[in-house]
Amino acid sequence: MLLGKSLVSIFKLLNDKKISSKEVIDYFLKRIEKYNQKLNAYLTVNKSYKFKKDDKLRVPIAIKDNFCTKNIKTTASSKVLENFIPPYESTVTKRLLDASFFILGKTNLDAWAHGSSTETSDFGPTKNPWDLSRSPGGSSGGSAAVVSSYLAPAAIGSETAGSIRQPSAWSGIIGLKPTYGRVSRYGLIAMASSLDCPGPLTLTTEDAAFILKIIAGKDKFDATTVEFEVPDYFSKIKEKKKFIIGITEEYLEGVDDEIKEAFYQLIKILEKMGHQIKKIKLLSPKYAISVYTVIQRAEVSSNLARYDGLRYGNDRTFFGSEAKRRIMLGAYVLSYGYYDAYYKKAQKVRTLIIEDFKKVFKEVDLILAPTTPIPALKLGEFEKYPFFGEIMDILAEPAAISGICAISFPFGLTKKNNLPIGLQLMGRWFEEENILNLTYQIEKETDFLGVIKNGIKNYPD
Amino acid sequence: MGSYQPIIGLEIHVELKTSSKMFCQCFADYFGKEPNTQVCPVCLGMPGALPVPNKKAIEWTILIGKALNCKINRFSKFDRKHYFYPDLPKGYQISQYDEPIAQNGKFEIRDSKFEIKKTIRIRRIHLEEDTGKLIHSKNGTLIDFNRAGVPLIEIVTEPDFDNSDDVKRFLEELQVLIRYLGISDADMEKGTMRMEPNISVREIRSTKHEIRNKSDKKIQNTKLYSQNNDMPNYKVEVKNINSFRFVKQAIDYEIKRQIEILKSGKLPSQETRGFDEKKGITYPQRTKEEASDYRYFPEPDIPPLVFAQDYINSIKLPELPSQKLNRYVSDFGIRFEDAFILTRDRKMSEYFEAIISKIKNQIAKLHIKNQNYKQIVANFIINKKISTQLSIDEFINKLIDNLKPKEVDRKLLIEVIDKVLKNNQKAVEDYKKGKTNAIMFLVGQVMKEMRGKAEAKMVREEIEKIINQ
Repeated sequence: MLLGKSLVSIFKLLNDKKISSKEVIDYFLKRIEKYNQKLNAYLTVNKSYKFKKDDKLRVPIAIKDNFCTKNIKTTASSKVLENFIPPYESTVTKRLLDASFFILGKTNLDAWAHGSSTETSDFGPTKNPWDLSRSPGGSSGGSAAVVSSYLAPAAIGSETAGSIRQPSAWSGIIGLKPTYGRVSRYGLIAMASSLDCPGPLTLTTEDAAFILKIIAGKDKFDATTVEFEVPDYFSKIKEKKKFIIGITEEYLEGVDDEIKEAFYQLIKILEKMGHQIKKIKLLSPKYAISVYTVIQRAEVSSNLARYDGLRYGNDRTFFGSEAKRRIMLGAYVLSYGYYDAYYKKAQKVRTLIIEDFKKVFKEVDLILAPTTPIPALKLGEFEKYPFFGEIMDILAEPAAISGICAISFPFGLTKKNNLPIGLQLMGRWFEEENILNLTYQIEKETDFLGVIKNGIKNYPD
Repeated sequence: MGSYQPIIGLEIHVELKTSSKMFCQCFADYFGKEPNTQVCPVCLGMPGALPVPNKKAIEWTILIGKALNCKINRFSKFDRKHYFYPDLPKGYQISQYDEPIAQNGKFEIRDSKFEIKKTIRIRRIHLEEDTGKLIHSKNGTLIDFNRAGVPLIEIVTEPDFDNSDDVKRFLEELQVLIRYLGISDADMEKGTMRMEPNISVREIRSTKHEIRNKSDKKIQNTKLYSQNNDMPNYKVEVKNINSFRFVKQAIDYEIKRQIEILKSGKLPSQETRGFDEKKGITYPQRTKEEASDYRYFPEPDIPPLVFAQDYINSIKLPELPSQKLNRYVSDFGIRFEDAFILTRDRKMSEYFEAIISKIKNQIAKLHIKNQNYKQIVANFIINKKISTQLSIDEFINKLIDNLKPKEVDRKLLIEVIDKVLKNNQKAVEDYKKGKTNAIMFLVGQVMKEMRGKAEAKMVREEIEKIINQ
């Protein structure tokens, strides 16, 4: 009865008392029991919930294991925090709990969110529900896998540059990266502070809008959140709107043919739906890679300095090799005499990329592009690529660097390997309602070519 | 032989007494609190915790910046300063690097007549967070994070001092100023004011080799060299000094020590030294081979600070001690030394002014004729004749009481005089013989017997009357 039901429909069932919170939570716990070992998507399953007769309505959701959850172990998939039980709640999870959510469990990620495959996790890689020999993407790979295999009706992830959109694309679900500053980072274990954005991974556009409304908005604990009013995304996405959609050659360079095909297929559909497609010029995403690499490494080296062995049990020898590499590189680019050449220069280019988007967004409302250049890779393949993450996330990085909002949704499967294809929409700063609106229109028109439903079929009750 | 010129600059840290810490809601007042009870995820540097700056602390930094005649930067930001130390929970301190809130100020040192003696340039004032405290015990080292995250300002002077007396006077004046602004108790012993002098000595040579001329050109005369503003290429920083007196001692010791090294033809090494207050000497702590690399970069968790000019203008300085002093002397006609004492402490000066403004309409009750009532009030406060702990009204009542002509019990007075005259026949005879001084002895005796409840002038008149009868 519940299989494949969206978060919003579960809420309705609970509200109408057609089902109890206990039944819903037990349902998912049972599915987790059945499939998690195979997927290694949850690191911690929360079995602590005590049901009472007059219990409040509770809807389950999965949380990436880099959000601090009070009294629930939070590791960031690193052995450094192997036994860290936070004494406080992140703003995102606090807002969800206040809105009747129940934290079903904590999902796997690349250690410290450093990676795009979930393979750098100190607790083993997560498997792609579409093909267990492949990676679900990362770093929010655990969150993507639990949604795509329906071990949770929705999940929270975090994106620094691609970490929500890329695993959503590879795992065949919807992933929303809100504008930087739209959602509080308080309690999110910092990766690169000037880039980190929490966001939802869901089965439907409605669910993404519904969750964003809850977690977005000014937070007095995060000085980088803004005062802007949070629109009612849930109703906004249903407004009948026509958009001018930009497309650019720069985002198709080196992209897999089948993904390009899906991209052009959607363009035709969008035109038929009455939207206007407009060719635009954007800076090549390769500049975003260089900027991202410098800024992210610098901030990582700083953010990980607190794990000095004095306070969290395990010392610095517990850092994995990827974290060590990033710390070294970050410390280097910030060191005296190199700061201007690297960090400062990167910030200047970052400003150029922002200006580039500002210019383009005067001409178009949204930008459509593939989310990733290729579909899911086999586990272990990432080792062949130095800067693997940067390459896999190349198309996601400009949006991350400039802080704009973006959403990835599935659009068909590759014929070759039957793997999900992800496309993305990028929108102006704080205009999540527009990218959600068009995604909702695409969903109504095409049902994402059946990808999400087919994915769940592989995981019967 | 050359002569030696000390060059001294100061770094002064002052903890602000805001009610909450710099970046979180915890109480900033940690003094005497049980360890690790004034803490939260933010000041403990927990994973995921974020700093949110304290507006009051920023405002107060602007205030001290204005008081020290600094330029207040319209654009400022916080930076991360990285170093590893167990009392630093995040592995970096949130501080300010290249864009401090205030810079390029000046502060005047005055002599005992309050004439401007020297102007000390203020390089910068920035805002940062304090660290935790290490408590060393037999069983190991414990960390108390109550102090971690308390707002701290750092005031850096240019190396404009050449003697320890000026340094001491500067610090005393600065302390008075900070307390006036009400932004800190600036207490050296409690550690809410800390300072590190940087000391080096420049050798002024008339001929031949010299220590730090970068080029090979030899400088032929003293005059030419002393026009050269080059700094010695070493400096010694002294830490752990907790009183103004010790600052003076440490500087004097360092100057002597460094001159001796220079005299022997060597260059003192660049290092950080501690101060041993029992022995009055400095001792080496660590050598700074190179400047440490703190890997500063802009704090990404805090948006840059952009101050509107209106906001900066809205932060108003109170009347500063030096301005008050001038007003007391010129407008109130109070003696300079008294005005100086009264203006050392803002509370005391406010108390003083409250009294004189209230007493204005009651001057008749004071029986002071042509005297300056403001000076009289000042005298009473300074001589502690009346406690300043009293309420304003209580103080005024006591003052009126004190100045009231004494009502004398005439009957008792006559009795006492009779008694004194009887017992001191010799003095009476002396007086009658023309030794007028003898009467003063008699007055004294009577006053003693009357236990102050009589006025000398009146007693004298009465005695004269009786003797001359």
